[in-house]
Amino acid sequence: MGAAIGHLTRGTSGPRTGQLTEPRWVRFLLIGVTLGFLALFLFVPLAAVFTEALRKGWGYYFESIREPNALASIRLTLLAAGIAVPLNLVFGVAASWCIAKFQFWGKNILLTLIDLPFAVSPVISGLIYILLFGAQGVFGGWLQAHDIKIVFAVPGIVLATIFVTFPFVARELIPVMQSTGTDQEEAALVLGANGWQTFFKVTLPSVKWGLLYGVILCNARAMGEFGAVSVVSGHIRGLTNTMPLHVEILYNEYNFAAAFAVASLLAFLALITLAAKTYVEYQFQKQAEPISASEGYVA
Amino acid sequence: MTERRLMKRTNTMLIPTPWTLGAGYWPLGTGLIAPVKLHVKKRFVLPGFGLSLGYTILYLGLIVLIPLSMLIVKTSTLDWAHVVTAIASPRVVASYKLSLGASAIAAVINAFFGLIAAWVLVRYSFPGKRLVDALVDLPFALPTAVAGIALTAVYSPNGWIGKYLEPHGIRVAYTRLGVLVALTFIGLPFVVRTIQPVLEELDTDIEEAAASLGANRWQTFFKVIFPELWPAWLTGFALAFARALGEYGSVVFISGNMPFRTEITPFLIITKLEQYDYAGATAIACVMLGASFVLLLTINILQARSAAFKSAR
Repeated sequence: MGAAIGHLTRGTSGPRTGQLTEPRWVRFLLIGVTLGFLALFLFVPLAAVFTEALRKGWGYYFESIREPNALASIRLTLLAAGIAVPLNLVFGVAASWCIAKFQFWGKNILLTLIDLPFAVSPVISGLIYILLFGAQGVFGGWLQAHDIKIVFAVPGIVLATIFVTFPFVARELIPVMQSTGTDQEEAALVLGANGWQTFFKVTLPSVKWGLLYGVILCNARAMGEFGAVSVVSGHIRGLTNTMPLHVEILYNEYNFAAAFAVASLLAFLALITLAAKTYVEYQFQKQAEPISASEGYVA
Repeated sequence: MTERRLMKRTNTMLIPTPWTLGAGYWPLGTGLIAPVKLHVKKRFVLPGFGLSLGYTILYLGLIVLIPLSMLIVKTSTLDWAHVVTAIASPRVVASYKLSLGASAIAAVINAFFGLIAAWVLVRYSFPGKRLVDALVDLPFALPTAVAGIALTAVYSPNGWIGKYLEPHGIRVAYTRLGVLVALTFIGLPFVVRTIQPVLEELDTDIEEAAASLGANRWQTFFKVIFPELWPAWLTGFALAFARALGEYGSVVFISGNMPFRTEITPFLIITKLEQYDYAGATAIACVMLGASFVLLLTINILQARSAAFKSAR
């Protein structure tokens, strides 16, 4: 149980006694090295996004965000994430139910296959949809004959987003569901609950934080995906540009202030994601503690 | 030593190690005794097995397997001469070297500083630690395009950091060093987040024992603590390396994409696609996919080992 929850919790270690820690100067040095490294690669670039965004003042900032093409890109990003996240959520729940609660042959192969989209470069994730639905693709001729556009249009962007965010919910939920076991569900069934009641009243409450965690990560990736979406988008302004693609176009036109203004929205989203993630980890830890305490008592 | 370890590994089941961020943290054999009981008594007690497995396989097939298999189908229809010219042209080979080299160096940098950062975040306390800890995940949460333009702005010759490097003759933006900076950013959380949980679960008893037996702090670290950490450390390194290999968004802005000098392999796939050379793009993609699979396999083996290592304790 502890191992399964470990990745969500972040216990704070207590104070250490004299001989079990390093001399003061070593501690300060290591803290300094860490903060310096993180500052160079994380903190300074993050601060730069907001500073650059406001370089031409608040007026220009809001103008860049309210401009029709920017608004269209925000709408498209919300649409893609709005479709991809629920679909991958349903898949994640189904996959973790059969994998965590049942034993069957080929489970490990299934697990590896679910992980595949993480092993593939984002650029390749886009490429495969071009090979399927592009003009020279397998279904290209048929799609053209029926006047359906998938690649270089919104459906392609949605598909690519679904692909890159595919494993997130499943991979967070499976270990959590495994750790809760099947005893509670069996008890519910014996007491006369049907399958759906058991799932919604017993299973879901016990895995809700793991589920939420997966959704948060899935959503962040869905809204921020660049490589895969860039390949299938076709970069038509106001039509097939998501927020990250809009940032790229503005940047390549040397309209830096506007590019960073739109980018700051995404950076803000990233900060909200991190805050939500930290909160969920905290809740998860709180939920896990009484269980491990009672386990310890029984043992 | 080997014999003892082997014995331990076969006697103990491999426990799931979900603290790893990468592929293959799943339980490899979920218990050796328990499943027998499960087969007989429990297997079909819970409902919904057929429905959930059926849906899982259907969705997996439609979204992942069929599209990915297109890559193999397409490659098999290619003309070999064309494939060879596509994947072995000097410009593409230069991109392999850059992608592999920069990813490896970035992973080494992250392995070194990630170990220190994980140590500091677990063992020491300082003001703002919780905030710093939360921000380590920023490269996971920040869209890569945003990271790309932010790093370019900071490291360009008149940027916040770049202006201090420029007088020393160090140029970061639009050079190979820039590629390295972007790939370091992308891989940063992996090593920290794989080591952190192992370090937290580590009992201080053994350290106390080592100290009371007269070991100094360095000896304790290298002979007692580090042997416990290295499987996670290696996994973190491999994950950072794998992520850097496929990275596109954050690199294209800072690299400048100069042929033979700062072009990464994913960028060349995009270039081929823009020239409607789908065959060439597919061939290069297959080479990349092959490299990713070798890495994935390595990561899986490492994780199986570290799981055995963990449960052996």
